[in-house]
Amino acid sequence: MNGTPRKQVGLFVTCLVDLYRPVVGFAAIALIERSGPFTVVVPDAQTCCGQPGYNSGDKESALAIARQVVQAFEGFDHVVVPSGSCAGMIKTHYPELLAGDPAFAARAKALADKTYELTQFLRDVAQWDGVYSEFAQTVTYHDSCSSLRELQVKKQPRELLAKVGGLKFKELPDSEPCCGFGGTFCVKFPDISNRMVEDKVANIEATGADVVLAADMGCLLNIAGKLKRKGSKIEARHVAEVLAGMAQDSAIGEGQ
Amino acid sequence: MQSTSHLFKDNAARALNDAHLQQALTHVRTKFITKRQDAMDALPEFDALRDAARDLKNHVLSRLDEYLVEFEGNVVKNGGRVHWCATPADARKTILDICRTAGAKTVTKGKTMVGEEIGINDHLAANGIEPIETDLGEYIIQLRNEPPSHIIAPSVHVTRDQVEATFRKIHTDLDPNRNLTEPSSLLHEARVKLRGRFLVADVGITGANFLIANTGSTTIVTNEGNGDLTQTLPRIHIVLAGIEKIVPSLQDAGLLLRVLARSATGQEMSAYTTFSTGPRRPGDVDGPDEFHVVLVDNGRSKLLGTEFEEMLRCIRCGACLNHCPIYHNVGGHAYGWVYAGPIGAITTPALIGIEHASPLPEASSLCGRCEQVCPVRIPIPKMLRHWREEAFERRLHGNRARWALKAWAALATRPALYRLAMRVGVGVLGMLGSRRGRFSSLPLAEAWTRHRDLPAPQGRTFMAMYRGKK
Repeated sequence: MNGTPRKQVGLFVTCLVDLYRPVVGFAAIALIERSGPFTVVVPDAQTCCGQPGYNSGDKESALAIARQVVQAFEGFDHVVVPSGSCAGMIKTHYPELLAGDPAFAARAKALADKTYELTQFLRDVAQWDGVYSEFAQTVTYHDSCSSLRELQVKKQPRELLAKVGGLKFKELPDSEPCCGFGGTFCVKFPDISNRMVEDKVANIEATGADVVLAADMGCLLNIAGKLKRKGSKIEARHVAEVLAGMAQDSAIGEGQ
Repeated sequence: MQSTSHLFKDNAARALNDAHLQQALTHVRTKFITKRQDAMDALPEFDALRDAARDLKNHVLSRLDEYLVEFEGNVVKNGGRVHWCATPADARKTILDICRTAGAKTVTKGKTMVGEEIGINDHLAANGIEPIETDLGEYIIQLRNEPPSHIIAPSVHVTRDQVEATFRKIHTDLDPNRNLTEPSSLLHEARVKLRGRFLVADVGITGANFLIANTGSTTIVTNEGNGDLTQTLPRIHIVLAGIEKIVPSLQDAGLLLRVLARSATGQEMSAYTTFSTGPRRPGDVDGPDEFHVVLVDNGRSKLLGTEFEEMLRCIRCGACLNHCPIYHNVGGHAYGWVYAGPIGAITTPALIGIEHASPLPEASSLCGRCEQVCPVRIPIPKMLRHWREEAFERRLHGNRARWALKAWAALATRPALYRLAMRVGVGVLGMLGSRRGRFSSLPLAEAWTRHRDLPAPQGRTFMAMYRGKK
């Protein structure tokens, strides 16, 4: 690596990681910096990616937030997001959202081109396979809809998890349907959302795994909330915690 | 058809608690999906065909007027007639006039969703003409006095037991002790009942999967052959179709046929693919004396050139319904109008007005599976968002959600204030929830905690911890 200039990576923490699970942010920083000649920077001017407004028809709010994110992150070599849906928002939706704004259209496109979901960055950009963490549990993995269908990320988290010492991986049956989170969907249509997460949790239980991992806090809060309501012993964690060897905190929804 | 789309939430609640419906829907959730996947796996060029199908439909939409006029010219050349109907009322009147002129008493029908759109059955019945559905699924729901719940499987919401009960209730002239336990015995009974009706019908109405501009032909695909009997036995054949069904040539129809059945049922081709080109010619052994094509606009042309134009690519295969987790749980009737599932959620607001259907575009987690399987690559989630924007602009959802979104945006565009607010909020929630790690109920969070716990935050925001460490 000597002589290679270190690249600046902007970390878009996401509002849910910021609010719910700061350990994921630290895990992401550790992983990015281990994966290559990268220096992670966390800009202060970050809040939310704008999905609540964008997906609820409030385009004006979404635009204001999108412009703020473009300004805060356009200066980095890469931008990494520990969430498929927020990465998808920046990567696939910002260029469309800002297409009609001459001051921002090209900048949104440029930002989109260098923005990655965390596991996607680690594999596709850093081409990293130096995971050396240990996690002696049986795990299954939930693909978020955005990772799967907006970003075509499926093999990356599995390749990374395959390197974790002691980890036994069980593929989730019928893994492609939505878990029922869907942002505001889960509170606008709670009874339909509940049937969806019931199905998801039943499939998770069928794997016999101790832990379910995912790369989206929205899905994880939904799935963990349902598992705990059912009294299940299965834990839910963000995949970054396990990859970085930082899975010592209580799992999502577990007491301290 | 009277819409209840504005009551989606009530409809959905009923559907979730309907044990028969839930049992019937398991078929959609499993078989349709694996069959389509198998068909795709067996055809390596499937995705390339989807691209070609998308491009073809886009081309047609860009020159819709020219192709429609070319189609009319060729229908007339073949001895048929084309009727241009801007509204459902125009189409109903046109069809009733044709039936009356023919002195029709009964009309057999092949499957047509546009027929549902314009409410043709009720209109004919109200005017003393009996419509008889001949597709097995349509026949079943006609006996049950229900609308279809799926584009290609209209009675998918009905269980075998319910079909048996319906047949016993309606077919009172048959032996009450007959054995109807096997699906094949139900099929046989419907076949016997329908056979006589085919022979006496004066008019046959079918839909069209494609209208072929350079030959003036119309195409239907069926698995039962009922469409052929509907259009060849009566004296008059009426084809009822939306204007977007046009394709330039037979070759183009061939392209769409290759993706249609595979996407719909996982078949390579439907059992019957029938092309009709005008009335019976001298020397033909069968065919109708008159051939009419009723072209329905009903709001479609207004979508051209708008952000909603792409929905006109739809070839009505039903794949988006088959892969939709919302449809899987509530079925088709909850959507409250003719078209259900993802395509229904974007089409219904276009055809009856967003003000009458505003819950439909909301009722999606935007999971994107519909777009993933669409044979003509309609970006359904994008269209759902467009409808949500329209509903938001027109303030169709009340003020509470509106102010919540505006307040969130106001905070999110002021990072320093946001950090402070989040630090305080998360601190309080984290403290309250630290022992158990979750909440089983919380003020303002009932919609979440009704069915699941709300995990508690870890207690400090990432931004506060990160700054503390720096």
